[in-house]
Amino acid sequence: MALKAEQINEKTVWQDLTEGLQIHEAATSKLFETGEWRTNTPVWIQEKCKQCLLCVPYCPDSSIPVCENKREEFDYKHCKGCGICVKACPFHAIEMKEGK
Amino acid sequence: MAIKERMSGNEAVSHAIGQINPDVMPAFPITPSTEIPQFVSTMIANGEIDTEFIPVESEHSSMSAAIGSSAAGARTLTATSSCGLALMWEVLYVAASNRLPIMMQVVNRALSGPININAEHSDSMGARDSGWLQIYAENNQEAYDNTIQAYRIAEHPDVKLPIMVCQDGFITSHAVENITLLEDEPVKAFVGEYNPEHYLLREDETMSVGPYALSPFCMEAKRAQAQAMMNAKKVILDVAKEFEAISGRSYGFFEEYRLEDAEYALVAIGSACGTIKDAIDKLREQGMKVGLLKVRVFRPFPGEEMANALKACKAIAIMDRCEGYNGNGGPLGAELTAALYRAKATAEVVNIIYGLSGRDVTVGDIEGIYEKLVKLAEGENLFGTYPYLGLRSR
Repeated sequence: MALKAEQINEKTVWQDLTEGLQIHEAATSKLFETGEWRTNTPVWIQEKCKQCLLCVPYCPDSSIPVCENKREEFDYKHCKGCGICVKACPFHAIEMKEGK
Repeated sequence: MAIKERMSGNEAVSHAIGQINPDVMPAFPITPSTEIPQFVSTMIANGEIDTEFIPVESEHSSMSAAIGSSAAGARTLTATSSCGLALMWEVLYVAASNRLPIMMQVVNRALSGPININAEHSDSMGARDSGWLQIYAENNQEAYDNTIQAYRIAEHPDVKLPIMVCQDGFITSHAVENITLLEDEPVKAFVGEYNPEHYLLREDETMSVGPYALSPFCMEAKRAQAQAMMNAKKVILDVAKEFEAISGRSYGFFEEYRLEDAEYALVAIGSACGTIKDAIDKLREQGMKVGLLKVRVFRPFPGEEMANALKACKAIAIMDRCEGYNGNGGPLGAELTAALYRAKATAEVVNIIYGLSGRDVTVGDIEGIYEKLVKLAEGENLFGTYPYLGLRSR
């Protein structure tokens, strides 16, 4: 029996996979935690942040959540640590830290 | 009512395609399969069928378009030969691993070089591990019958794999022979409509085809695909039984021709089997216990069943219309020898390369093989270490 994407993990047996690993659901990329790939990590310095939100559209992995017109903490489950947000921020409110 | 006709192999499979009326055919011409897209596009132009024909710029494109079309939910086919099949190489695996039941007519022809347009199995044998089902025909009748059965096998929920329907270039594809056709209605009823559960154009379901998978998932995915190939065995036999009910013609994994009490057997694929049968009839009249195992289904490989059918033989010649370039023989030889070993068969086995690039095979050639098999069973090997049938040699 084929499982739902959220039920599939590294313990799933071959009989439970979908044919050709086809996906019959939407938005399953949320389940793929690309944050595991990160080697360097962006750090948000809240006191320097003016909430201009320039970093948000620059993020290639949609890993800067916005709630009521204000950015929130990074989504580290999906942030790959590319560092583009650091370059995009005019107020030096994001710094790269070595390691996860 | 059966219809008596005379047709070439290409005409025969095109007639079957016309009766099936598939949804989409992307194709690129290559000798000797060119006539198939030609005949199909003529039927489309004449308004006899409503298949969407896609003229493409290469065989890599025809197979890629077939993959897109099949994933979208359309019953899809294409046709090719030789280098055209070789150019599809990369995407053949994509079709199979995405479990897309595409039908491909393969008119077997030598791969270059030397560049040559005649019958040889090196093209489809090169794709034998691509995950496609492969069914071979001896003559136009079998090519027609296999085409009608193909989608039923490929589209079965336990299988969902693409299928190659193979016939020998020119010898079968262009020679005109008698044939018995079925009427359109029983063919349409037998093949039925294609209603896949999942497809890209389904409006009420999102779907992704061919996602990237990391190492922790690929082995499981490949094992699941291998299971589909194993499941195909039962489906092929079930479909053949149903086909027999509408046609009166019976099919299995292979045909056993005077094999039951045979002490000396040949195993071969394709058009040369007609010549082998003539030689068998002649030698049987002289009292020699000779027979043939004609392979119809090569993928899945019915190794156990073949070994069982050959278990009483004293000596077996496995015939490959394909050079393996491995110093060890051809693909049928390698796989069947392994199956015979597993079955603990005691027969002497020789693997013979024959008929490359359309080289003629005569009744006399085959008689010579059986005579040498008798000697081989007595302990005298007249074949040499690397037998080529009819080779000029110093």
